[in-house]
Amino acid sequence: MTGGRSGETFPHDGRIVIVGASLAGLRAAEALRDEGFTGSLTLVGDEVCEPYDRPPLSKQVLTGWVPANGTALPRRREIDANWLLGVPASGLDLAGKRVDLADGREVPFDRLLIATGVRARPWADESEAALDGVFVVRTREDSGRLWERLAAGPGRVLVVGAGFAGSEIASVCRGLDIPVTVAESAEAPLVGALGGMVGSIAANLQRAHGVDLRCGVKVTRLEGDERGRVRRAHFSDGDTVDADVVVVALGGVRNTEWLRDSGLAAGVWGVACDSGCRAFDVNGLVTDDVFVAGDVARCPHPVYEYRFLSLEHWVNAVEQAQVAAHNMVSSPTDRWPHLSMPAFWSTQFGVNIKSVGVPVLSDEVVVTQGSVEEHRFVAAYGYRGRVTAAVSFDNAKWLDHYRHLIETAAPFPPSCPTPDQPADMKPVPAHFPDREIITHGATVVVTGYQPSERRVAFARPGG
Amino acid sequence: MVDMRVVVDLARCQGYAQCAFLAPDTFRMQGEEALMFHSSPDEAQREAVLRAAAACPVQAILVDLLDTVAIPPVTAATAATSGTRTV
Repeated sequence: MTGGRSGETFPHDGRIVIVGASLAGLRAAEALRDEGFTGSLTLVGDEVCEPYDRPPLSKQVLTGWVPANGTALPRRREIDANWLLGVPASGLDLAGKRVDLADGREVPFDRLLIATGVRARPWADESEAALDGVFVVRTREDSGRLWERLAAGPGRVLVVGAGFAGSEIASVCRGLDIPVTVAESAEAPLVGALGGMVGSIAANLQRAHGVDLRCGVKVTRLEGDERGRVRRAHFSDGDTVDADVVVVALGGVRNTEWLRDSGLAAGVWGVACDSGCRAFDVNGLVTDDVFVAGDVARCPHPVYEYRFLSLEHWVNAVEQAQVAAHNMVSSPTDRWPHLSMPAFWSTQFGVNIKSVGVPVLSDEVVVTQGSVEEHRFVAAYGYRGRVTAAVSFDNAKWLDHYRHLIETAAPFPPSCPTPDQPADMKPVPAHFPDREIITHGATVVVTGYQPSERRVAFARPGG
Repeated sequence: MVDMRVVVDLARCQGYAQCAFLAPDTFRMQGEEALMFHSSPDEAQREAVLRAAAACPVQAILVDLLDTVAIPPVTAATAATSGTRTV
């Protein structure tokens, strides 16, 4: 056990360690100094480079406008930090208040911020994933390599997965006049985030821009040539597509493996925390000195019936980092809750798509403003007669209005705030894929009988 | 000379396009309201970029506020020292 600092002297001589040196980690570090923290500050990051912005990696970098190593994040202020880059954390000793690094070093802390984010979900078949021409896009190296390949003018690009990243990459390809096929297992692009009604609009958008869009199919196999280069993809409907570049855009995997034996409530769902960003332990008890922010955090939101939300959004990382930093150096009576309304954006096929709230937590959707045919509209989402989210296509300036409706529990469907009310404002089912399916099986075992004895441990497969 | 660093909070951006008018080499509109920006414009752009940041009606543009950005001293090469030790 190292000599820890706590109480009133902590903001002056305490030790804060931030694991994860990307957007959330950097902004938290800056906020800690803004809050007057003058103790030692250490940032641990598995990538060698300093924090950089990721959204351009699927857009400006792939078009060749911005170099892959040219998206380093602006600094808001000096942070006087000890940077430990190029080495991932491998373990956490909660009782000993120590982070273990993969190279064997140990980093003691008084308070810890976990901001390890997500990584790209790789193609499941390792030998197919290793074929030359198969890419994921998460890091700047990923994006730089894909840009080189796109610049060389491939015969056809196959994008596997039509979420936001996959759709944006397909959009870039079309902008470069590269033939592109998009394969999506759901009924339409963006369905997981925005539902079937808006997804069908996104499908029209893709096809109008020349995308060979295949929905309701899975890619079952990637086939390489004798030199180990990908050349063909096989689909579940029996069809095949010849492609010399395959971009796997199947979402992310949360970086929680290093916390497996830590005693925190960390798993494939992220790291659970309270709205003040304090991590829960495996029993569901809140901890005092370990905080979570960014893509890896899973945090309850009072507006959504206190459901735990994992939000892989740029703005969420920034705002949650600020709340976590404040709470790390504040007294218990001065804690802030992280209550910002989820928001994200995507630019694809010349359209600016933005959202506020949580569309997936809805049962109905209605176009409230503008024209779907012109790809310029706002749609509001509702759950049991209450507005829960909104999405805009080239109509972003109205989203603040809908944010207010969500925050005031306004009735659904809402009235149209402008004269361009669509002729037929009839709510339709939002059509989200089933999200209540339990996919991970039993995750914990509970032991003991008396309340003083009852404890939880993670179930180990096969053990 | 180091390049500038720019990031735009695109959740806040509402497509007013003031930046694309004031610093067209760094900020470009794509379609009607989507903004594309250069993350590391040439230093020669600084004055135009700062003007654009100041003019943004929703203050969504963040430019590096440090004259010199401290490059992290530790790289993979130096971090790869072996053995258990406390940092």
